[in-house]
Amino acid sequence: MITAEQKPLDEIRGTIASYQRILVLGCGSCVAECAAGGEKETGMLASTLRMAAKMEGREVLIREKTLERQCVKDFVILLDDVIHEYDAVLSLGCGAGVQAVADMFPEVPIIPALNTEFLGETKDQGLWVENCLGCGDCMLYHFGGICPLARCSKHLLNGPCGGSVDGKCEINPEVPCGWQLIIDRLEQHHALDRLEHIYPPKDWSKKQGGGPRKIIREDQQR
Amino acid sequence: MSRLKEILDRGAFAVTAECGPPKGADPEVIMKKAELLKGRVDAVNVTDNQTAIVRMSSLAACVLLKNQGLDPVLQAVVRDRNRIALQSDILGASALGIRNILCLSGDHQRFGNQPQAAGVFDLDSIQFVQAVRNMREQGVILGGEALSRPPDIFIGAAANPFGDPFNFRVVRLAKKVAAGAEFIQTQCVYNLQRFEKWMAMAADRGLTDKVHILGGVTPLKSAGMAKYMKNKVAGMDVPEEVIRRMEGVPSKKQAEEGLKICVETIQRLREVPGVRGVHIMAIEWEEKVGEIVERAGLLPRPK
Repeated sequence: MITAEQKPLDEIRGTIASYQRILVLGCGSCVAECAAGGEKETGMLASTLRMAAKMEGREVLIREKTLERQCVKDFVILLDDVIHEYDAVLSLGCGAGVQAVADMFPEVPIIPALNTEFLGETKDQGLWVENCLGCGDCMLYHFGGICPLARCSKHLLNGPCGGSVDGKCEINPEVPCGWQLIIDRLEQHHALDRLEHIYPPKDWSKKQGGGPRKIIREDQQR
Repeated sequence: MSRLKEILDRGAFAVTAECGPPKGADPEVIMKKAELLKGRVDAVNVTDNQTAIVRMSSLAACVLLKNQGLDPVLQAVVRDRNRIALQSDILGASALGIRNILCLSGDHQRFGNQPQAAGVFDLDSIQFVQAVRNMREQGVILGGEALSRPPDIFIGAAANPFGDPFNFRVVRLAKKVAAGAEFIQTQCVYNLQRFEKWMAMAADRGLTDKVHILGGVTPLKSAGMAKYMKNKVAGMDVPEEVIRRMEGVPSKKQAEEGLKICVETIQRLREVPGVRGVHIMAIEWEEKVGEIVERAGLLPRPK
């Protein structure tokens, strides 16, 4: 999933300060799973902003709504009836959601309330970790299902570097060494011989070779 | 031609040192260091923005050293340059008469004075070694396009026998050798036992016949420095006994004790089968390199 965290409240308040009618718009997908922009967080942020406005004695209309997904046109279009009551939308979608809403309603400023972080997994209650770079050419097979690009701080395909100590990364003793994890996993799979192989330079053109990427599936088009 | 290569090829025990470029545009700093090192070592590594701190470029400082009659080793890290820039710099270095390169990953940018920088890491150090090797041997860049003239450069890489997991350390060395590394400079050796074990494993795989291994040493200036290296520098193994030895002398005499340990380490490294030389990394202490080499009985250097 795509993970995100709410921006600092002061930053949010700064970006909406010039608007009088604001729709706080949540998203029920990834950002709900990571407790940043779902229905609950959207309600809480809207109340906090209403309270803050009241304390300042400002007359501001703040309402809330949560779409199932902000990044899918079929859901964004549901805003068509209501969006023109507002002079700005504060979106708790990820960066893709914010832009999808803005593309459909270009006349309305869509302001991000979240910082979009990474592709990752929910590891534990309140713990999300990055484990995929979305490189466009998955190599997990070779590395026992652990991505060296996402989980080694230096993106080494032929690691570990000399800074791996007691299974920890040199950048921070809190960070597990991705390559130690790979070696341990390959050992479990009786595939340590893969470590002898020299993996060639990564083909980054699959990620950033032609500007923004797109997927076209004619069989899915109507 | 690389003086370092020539000395190693003829089987002499090589001595290299390190020269850190200044945090400024003053060539005089390099000239001074050149003066201190000339005639006392066979080649001089020039660090590439080490610990991710912005300094004069390694290539520029290499040229300054070369003009003073030294044989520089261009250290190049993959942290700051993508494959286009790295290959371009190899061609430039060769054109400028730089005949040695040490291909490194580089310290992570978060350690330095530009922690907001994007880390490039387009190639890793092993892929980088292989790319340089193919440029020189096949006259091609990555992707196979031909060069009008291949670079003439002796290829080195680093090895850290003290990183984890230990059993993988020789596998990594083997990969570097297979990729094309012709000489290896190791992380600073304080734990000789572990180093000797690593060398024995390298010899078992036949690697000591394929690559020139230079053991790294760094003289300790104080007990505080020893503790710092042990606790703060990842992949550095400073045994308790070394720290106790440094602490066991009054602080005014600790620098001398550090030099003694360094000289003793060099003498022991000379006895380790497969070790072809030493690499002296006297961090901002280049004035002591000549003394260390002399006390280790390694002067005069071969012509």
